[in-house]
Amino acid sequence: MLLIECPYCGVRDESEFTYSGEAHIVRPLEPSALSDKEWADYLFYRSNPKGLHREMWYHSAGCRRYFNAVRDTVTYKFKCVYKIGDSQPNLDELSSSAKHPADVEAK
Amino acid sequence: MNKYSIFSLARNAMSHHEKWQRAWRSPSPKKRYDAIIVGGGGHGLATAYYMAKEHGMRNIAVLEKGWIGGGNTGRNTTIVRSNYLWDEAAQLYEKSMKLWEGLSQDLNYNVMFSQRGVYNLGHTLQDMRDIQRRVNANRLNGVDGEVVDAAELQKRIPHLNCSPDSRYPVLGASFQARGGTARHDAVAWGFARAADNLGVDIIQNCEVIGFRRENGEIQGVETSQGYIESPKVGVVTAGSSSVLANMAGLRLPLESHPLQAFVSEPIKPILDTVVMSNAVHGYISQSDKGDLVIGAGIDSYNGYGQRGSFTTIEHTMTAIMELFPIFSRVRMNRQWGGIVDTCPDACPIISKTDIKGLYFNCGWGTGGFKATPGSGWVFAHTVANDNPHELNAAFALDRFISGALIDEHGAAGVAH
Repeated sequence: MLLIECPYCGVRDESEFTYSGEAHIVRPLEPSALSDKEWADYLFYRSNPKGLHREMWYHSAGCRRYFNAVRDTVTYKFKCVYKIGDSQPNLDELSSSAKHPADVEAK
Repeated sequence: MNKYSIFSLARNAMSHHEKWQRAWRSPSPKKRYDAIIVGGGGHGLATAYYMAKEHGMRNIAVLEKGWIGGGNTGRNTTIVRSNYLWDEAAQLYEKSMKLWEGLSQDLNYNVMFSQRGVYNLGHTLQDMRDIQRRVNANRLNGVDGEVVDAAELQKRIPHLNCSPDSRYPVLGASFQARGGTARHDAVAWGFARAADNLGVDIIQNCEVIGFRRENGEIQGVETSQGYIESPKVGVVTAGSSSVLANMAGLRLPLESHPLQAFVSEPIKPILDTVVMSNAVHGYISQSDKGDLVIGAGIDSYNGYGQRGSFTTIEHTMTAIMELFPIFSRVRMNRQWGGIVDTCPDACPIISKTDIKGLYFNCGWGTGGFKATPGSGWVFAHTVANDNPHELNAAFALDRFISGALIDEHGAAGVAH
């Protein structure tokens, strides 16, 4: 069971959360101006990395707010969580700092 | 290759079974091949086998990072069926079903294909309407199907909870009598042995770490055992497809998720068919060894860890308990996870790419095992002819740009 730190509520059980996919995918301001390829990229194409992944989580059985997290997709370990609108954490720094203060242990 | 038969069994019994040939060689990689298949799972081995058998390509290699059949081929719940809704998918899976029906003879290897039937349960009126529609569509495509009501279902599967008092009452099911199960390891081993016999080099512990290309054409692959030259490279790496695509500078519309499965302790025969439910989200069958083989949905988050989370185990067991309360005290023996590459329309990508000579067969998501022979058969055609077969033409990568998706979420939702 993962323990996930909601930036609003603190550390809670995985079962309170809903995964919401890759973070920072912005809906294009002018969809009609996009080519089919660009639209497909927005709709379907994801980075799907093996390693650190910026992703969105929803505290569905808690405060019902969305937030972002950086998680390792191999160890499943959360590197950090941050609020929607906060600046994106630097993945290189996160991967080099094995013990980030915001680390939440995967139990 | 020694042919397996009742006579070879008797002959080897005389020598205490100490003189069986090894089933496939363990060659070192050559400097150059006419084609390389990356990924020694069922789909990759089947591809190599059909390239050799149907297209006469003998100078080919299968490169496997670990050991053959050690990925999703050995981690699924072994269910085979072909009752997909849309024409394109139904025809592709039905091709596979027809190959399954002759596979043990074709490979001279018993893949223990057992057509014990597959039930897909309906729990709501809308489920039943969808089942009607799907069975009708299946029949029009030459795929067998039958709608079964709850009373009949109760007769056929006595331990299934069809009580109207249950939380999600079972109203009926679709039934594909030709569906069933096969022995997953035997599928990998059978294809490996048959491919090896046709001259295919199966190279294990050989990880692809890069692609070499020039002027938009593939030249070969960098591997943990050195550079291997080849004008054609087919990638069949399931959950790792995005990683391989990145090495080639391509992006794929895939996300990798853990999918878990379980087997119980072996018990006496109690379930002689396969039961699946989209609504309560679980599926179950009993292996020849007696263990109950159980699975359900993917873990929601992206993952490459080949293990899943406990919440998913709990959901799966809840679903099975809803369907079969009699199994409440059966203990689970083993649990494991595989990494599945899910596609936005729940259909595979069997396609050429922007790089000449580089092909991808991926996106099978949660339901690739049933398609193993058919997937190999069409992908072999695609790689050998540099052109898709008509059965997989619709499963090209460009459908995500053109919008010609094949939406099989209804038929594939829980299906393996």
